[in-house]
This record gives sequence, structure tokens and C-alpha cells, in this order.
Amino acid sequence: MNEIIGIVFFGIGIVFNFFGCLGLLRFPDIYNRLQAATKCVTFGTIFLLLGVLIYTGFNSLGIKAILCLIFILITSPTAAHAISRGVHHSRVKLWKKSVIDKYKEDGEGGSD
Amino acid sequence: MRRITLFLVSVVIWYLLTWPYNFQEHTMDWQIFIAGIIFSIIASILFVEVFTKHPHELFAPIRYFWALCYIPMLFFYMLIANLYVVYRVIHPLMPIRPGIVKVKTRLKSESGRTALANSITLTPGTLAVDITDDGFLYIHCIVVRETDVEGATKRIVGRFEPLLEKIFE
Repeated sequence: MNEIIGIVFFGIGIVFNFFGCLGLLRFPDIYNRLQAATKCVTFGTIFLLLGVLIYTGFNSLGIKAILCLIFILITSPTAAHAISRGVHHSRVKLWKKSVIDKYKEDGEGGSD
Repeated sequence: MRRITLFLVSVVIWYLLTWPYNFQEHTMDWQIFIAGIIFSIIASILFVEVFTKHPHELFAPIRYFWALCYIPMLFFYMLIANLYVVYRVIHPLMPIRPGIVKVKTRLKSESGRTALANSITLTPGTLAVDITDDGFLYIHCIVVRETDVEGATKRIVGRFEPLLEKIFE
């Protein structure tokens, strides 16, 4: 029973990871691409690790899966902040149909 | 006090990583057990300066209670966020209206602000770009609805701030 639930979780995780990669290809500029890459891939990886936990049970492998889950929850958004901030400071423009850029108006990020 | 806290945290993480106790045979791997204590002592002597400045906050049970309430809420919003992004990815016309807006937060502590920024990044259509010292966050949105500070604050920050204040402040 545990194996079936684990495999279902693997499936859900792989589907979300797939859509994250698809978003990475389809979205127009780097900020939107980061959104897809961070959200979908984090969520998919969390499901994969929960699948490992359910598949193996509470032994040393399952506990390591939980630890990895916590670290991914902390580090993946942090990496996205770092990339987006660095990109804005190196004057990469937003998509041409973007509505507003308060960051540039306030003179915090990279200016032209 | 700070050293003892760091020692306890390192020991717990070490035992979770190595898991010396075997449930099937009820045996303990004493080598790993003792090595964990030795390395935790070394780590707590060397790295006390980079650890938290307020160790007593780790021993407040009410914070853990609110953190436990926070996890299902975060998971629910992450699920919505993913369906929201997936819908925009697979829609042929890609209905997006991106932009960077500015919001204000009441949180003061560093860990609280980090948790807020991470939560914002993991929830629907928003990505935290930068934070200033006086508490303004710059948020990249896939679909911009309100461009003023108050409206965007209410929509983006409002749902997390009360709980995070209880956990970290």
C-alpha cells in the first residue's frame, strides 16, 4: 500500500517538475521564468521527497528526505531572490509588455 | 547559553542525518553517537558567532505551535500557486501582465523578514526581488492588479503577516 502511495507522489512531483521546465521555456523574460522555475520545481521536488518518505518509511533514508525537504524550502526561494536581484542590478530589462517597475523608479536597482 | 543552544541543535541535526539507532534489532551505533557529541562541541566552540543572536526564542513552545499552524497554510497556498502558474504556462495566449510592485512589512526581525520573503516567493504569482532596511519589499508579479503600495501590501503580505508576527516577533 505504501509503495502505491509513494509512486503516486512520485508521479505528481514529476508532473509539476515538467510544467516548471515548460514554463522556463515559454515565459518571455528572466523574472517570469524564475517564477516558474522556483514555484513548480520546489513543489514537485517536495512531492518527490515525500514520496521517498512514504515509500521507505521512517528509517534513515526517510529522515534524510525530511531534512532535504526543509533545506530545499529555505534555499530555493533564497536563490531566486539572489538571482533576480543580481539580474536587475546588471540592467537586464523586464519584458516589453511589463506594466510597472517600481524598483527602477525608486532608483534601487540597475539604471540605464 | 548561545553555545549550549548551538550544541543541542547540532547534535539533533547530526542524529537525524546519521540515525544511529536501529529499530529492527534495537542496537545503537556508539561510534556515531560519540562522534556526534565531539563534533557538536567543536562546532559550538568555533561557530558561535554566526549563530542566532536570541537563543531564548528557540525555547518558546508557543512559537512552535504557531509554526505548526503555518505549515498547512503555506502548503495550501503553494498548491494554489502551482495551479496558477501551470495554468499560465499551458494557456496558448499566456495571459500575463508582469511588473514589479512595492509593499511594506511590519516585521522587524531578520528571520521573520526572511521567512516572509520566502513565503511570498512560494505563493501565487509573486517573487521577492529585494528588501530595504526600512521594511519595503519589491515584488515581481506575473499578473499585476494593484500598483499602489497599500493595495499591493494588503493582497500580497496581508495573509502571512499576522501568523509570522506570532512566530518570529
